[in-house]
Amino acid sequence: MKPYSALLRMRFIALLQYRTAAAAGLATQLFWGLIRVMIFEAFYSASPNRQAIPMNHAQLVSYVWLGQALLGLLPWSIDREMREKIRTGGVAYDLLRPMDLYFQWYFQAIATRTAPTLLKSIPLFVVAGCFFGLKPPTSAPALVAWLGMTVLALLMNCAFSCLISISMMWTISGEGISRLAPPVVYAFSGMMVPLPLMPAFMQPLLNALPFRNMVDVPFRIYSGQIPATLHHVIPAALHTTAWTAALLLSGRLMMQCGLRKLVVQGG
Amino acid sequence: MAHIEVENLRRTFQIAVRNPGLSGAIRGVFRRQSEEKVALDCISFQVEKGELCGFIGPNGAGKSTTIKILSGILVPTSGRCEVAGLTPWKHRIKHVQHIGAVFGQRTQLWWDLPVTDSFDLLRDIYSVPQEVYKQRRDNLIDILDLTSFLATPVRQLSLGQRMRCDIAAALLHGPSLLFLDEPTIGLDAVSKLAVRSFVRQINQDLGVTVILTTHDMDDIEALCRRILVVSDGRILVDGSFEDLRRRASAGRRLTIDMVKAATLDLNGLPGVQITTTNAGRCVLSFDPIVITPAELIREVTARVEVADLFVENAPIEEIIANLYAGGSQ
Repeated sequence: MKPYSALLRMRFIALLQYRTAAAAGLATQLFWGLIRVMIFEAFYSASPNRQAIPMNHAQLVSYVWLGQALLGLLPWSIDREMREKIRTGGVAYDLLRPMDLYFQWYFQAIATRTAPTLLKSIPLFVVAGCFFGLKPPTSAPALVAWLGMTVLALLMNCAFSCLISISMMWTISGEGISRLAPPVVYAFSGMMVPLPLMPAFMQPLLNALPFRNMVDVPFRIYSGQIPATLHHVIPAALHTTAWTAALLLSGRLMMQCGLRKLVVQGG
Repeated sequence: MAHIEVENLRRTFQIAVRNPGLSGAIRGVFRRQSEEKVALDCISFQVEKGELCGFIGPNGAGKSTTIKILSGILVPTSGRCEVAGLTPWKHRIKHVQHIGAVFGQRTQLWWDLPVTDSFDLLRDIYSVPQEVYKQRRDNLIDILDLTSFLATPVRQLSLGQRMRCDIAAALLHGPSLLFLDEPTIGLDAVSKLAVRSFVRQINQDLGVTVILTTHDMDDIEALCRRILVVSDGRILVDGSFEDLRRRASAGRRLTIDMVKAATLDLNGLPGVQITTTNAGRCVLSFDPIVITPAELIREVTARVEVADLFVENAPIEEIIANLYAGGSQ
C-alpha cells in the first residue's frame, strides 16, 4: 500500500503549491454561487405555488453552496496531466513502476480531485456560511452521513474518471470525451439543477444512474432533506458502492485490453 | 544463463494508409486501408551480465521498440524474450523492480517537485529500505554532482542537470539492468562527458548491465565494447567496434596540406581516390592492403610539395552510413 499512498502524498505536495490558482478558483466559485443563488431566488419568488416545490429555499441555498465548494470532486474532465501523459507517451514511465497501473492512475485521480478541493472548499464554507446563507448540517448524524457519503462519492468519481482516462488509450486525444462527459455529469448529478426539481418522469432514470450519488444524495443528507437514518443512508451507500465496483471492474478490463494494443508514441 | 535472451522477437504495427490529396481523403472516408509495418523483424541476441551494449541505427530502425519490449512497456507480436529469467510483459511488476530506464527525451521526475522529493517518492514506490536508500542516494548525488540543485523543482533544471538527475533516479532502487535511450541527446560537451564517465563507472564498479541507444558515435566509441547495429528491424552487425570497422570497410584516409594549391596526379596509384579537395587541402581514400601508407606518402611527396599530412581511419559515421545504406537495399 505504501507506494500508492506515497504517490498520493506527492501529488498533494505538488498541487498545494498552486495557491494562486486556488485563490482564483475560490473567487470564481463564489461568484458563480452568487449568480446561481440569485437565479433560483428568481424562480422561487416567481413560482405561484411555492409550497409545492419539493425543496425549500434554505435547503436549496445550502445545496448550491455545497456544490460550489465541492465542484472539484466531480469527474467532469480528464486530468490535464493524464491527458498529456497519454498523448506524449509519459505512460512509459508509469509502466516502469512496480505497481499496478490502474491503481497508480486511481490514486493519482484521488489526489488530483482532493488536494485542490480541500484548499478551496474550507474558505468557501467559511465565507458562504458567514455571509451567503449556507447552513450547518441539520444534525450530528447528518454531518457524519454526509461526510461518509462524500468519501464514497469520491471513490466512485475517481473510478469514473479513470474509465475516461483509459478510453484515451484508444482515442489518444480525449477531446471528444472531455466535451461529452461534463454536461452528462453536470446534469445527471444535480450540479446544474437539484434533482428533486427535475421532472417526475426522469426520476427513475436519475435514481438508477450513478451520478446522483456524486452530488444530490450527499447534499440532501447534509441539509436534512433526506433524513440521516440508516433506512435511507444504507441503500444510498450500497448503490454508490455497487456502481464504484462496476466502474472499477470495467476500467480494469478496459485497461487490460488497452495495454495489449498499447503503442508508446515517440522515439 | 545470459542476463537477456531474445529469440525471434517480432513486432508489427498497423498503420492507416492515407492517399494524398482531397480525392484520396474522400476515398479514405469510405474505405479504410491499413498496412502492416514491421518494426522488429525476428531479432535474436543475448547479453551477458555486466556487459555494456550499444544499439545504433537510423531513426525508426527498431532500437526504441526493442528497449520498450525489453523493459516490459510494449508487448511483441511474437517471439521469446527473457530478462533474468522473467518475461518482461508477462511479469511486468516483478521485472521492473530490477531494471532502471532513462528515456532521454522525457523525464521520470515529477515536474513540479524538487529533485529530492522525486527521489523520496521513488524510494517509496520501489520500497527501498531507508538505510540502503540513503547510502545509495548520497553516493549518486556525490558522483553525479547534484548537490547544488537538489532543492530546485525539476521544471527549472537545465537539460544537462535534468539528465543527471534522471540517471540517478533510475538507479535509486539498485537495478541490475539499466536502459539508456539516447541519454546524451541535446547535451553540451561537458555534460556528455560527465554522463559517459558515470555510465562507465556504474558498469564497472557496480556490475550493472547497460543497454544504450544513441546516435552519437562518440558515446559508442567511448563506452561500448559491444555494438549492435539495427536497421529496418534487423540486426546488421553484432560485435566489437573493431569488428564493425573491419566489416564496413578497411579504407583509410590521407589528408594532405600542400604548400601551393595544385592538382594531384594519381596516375599509377591503384585504389586511391580523391575524396575532397579544397584549396590547398586534399583528402585521399585508399585501401592499405593494395597500397601501403608508406608507399602512398612516398609517391605523394614526390609529386607535390607537402606542408603537412596525416593518415586516419575512415570516420565511424561514414562506416555506419554505409552499413545503413547496405541494410536497406
